[in-house]
Amino acid sequence: MADSTPRMTDGAAAAAVVASGIGALSMGLLTTGAELSTGLKTALTLNAGVGPLSGKTIFATVAYIVSWIILHTLWKDKDVDFGRKATLTAVLLAGAVLLTFPIFFQALAGE
Amino acid sequence: MSITSREFWTLVHGMGLGALFLLSFAGGLAGLWSLRPEYLTNAGMHERLGRLHWGVSIMAVICWLTVISGTWIVYPWYRAKPPEGATNLAAFPRSFLMANEALARWHSFGMEWKEHVAWLSPFIVTAVAFVVLRYRERLATNDKMRQTMINLFILSFVLAGIAGALGALITKAAPIH
Repeated sequence: MADSTPRMTDGAAAAAVVASGIGALSMGLLTTGAELSTGLKTALTLNAGVGPLSGKTIFATVAYIVSWIILHTLWKDKDVDFGRKATLTAVLLAGAVLLTFPIFFQALAGE
Repeated sequence: MSITSREFWTLVHGMGLGALFLLSFAGGLAGLWSLRPEYLTNAGMHERLGRLHWGVSIMAVICWLTVISGTWIVYPWYRAKPPEGATNLAAFPRSFLMANEALARWHSFGMEWKEHVAWLSPFIVTAVAFVVLRYRERLATNDKMRQTMINLFILSFVLAGIAGALGALITKAAPIH
């Protein structure tokens, strides 16, 4: 295949990828935070049927969308070193997986 | 033979949307993996990209629908509190599991992990779908970006797979009727 495609900056891809890490980490932080703080757990209960999971999922999704919009606006026309941003995302996602793992957050909460 | 509306929605969430996402993963992965200039002619690239961007976009939509239906439709039935003094907890899966020492870990570990880890998947697969849609054939010539998309795609599958497997096992221990 001949490579005749015009070049495109990597900023938009980096913004999407980092935002996914930010959304995921937000979910992790809210999950562990709700275990550690009864006040936060109550505040996250936006729907009685769903419980605190309602607030965790809504606020994590908002963090994801808002961070994506901001990063996309800042980076869309730039080269931002995609490799470094991918590494940053890997760290954010690793944190998210740890913070949503029950043995971890229950141990932190002393359960 | 009949199914209740709760059983219907549990099926839609798990066996419909969730299973569809997991089953379509192999096709998406093969598409991303083979998106390399040395493997494809221009016509092959065009054909492959058409399938790939529809495939990953539909997967992203399905992933969102899976977590939204699970959280906002099925989960409230799972965590419903039984009335004071109730002895038959069959209609209250969470309480049923917690009341039985041999089953309690299905909630305190299984559901606690499932309900949270599942939500990481749509963020990740949406990013992959966006990059495939925006960069199209440029993804074929950018090894680092393509490899990152493959890694993220696999991670979204693993996380959804954990949630799906736990959901199936929890439903077996305490079905929603």
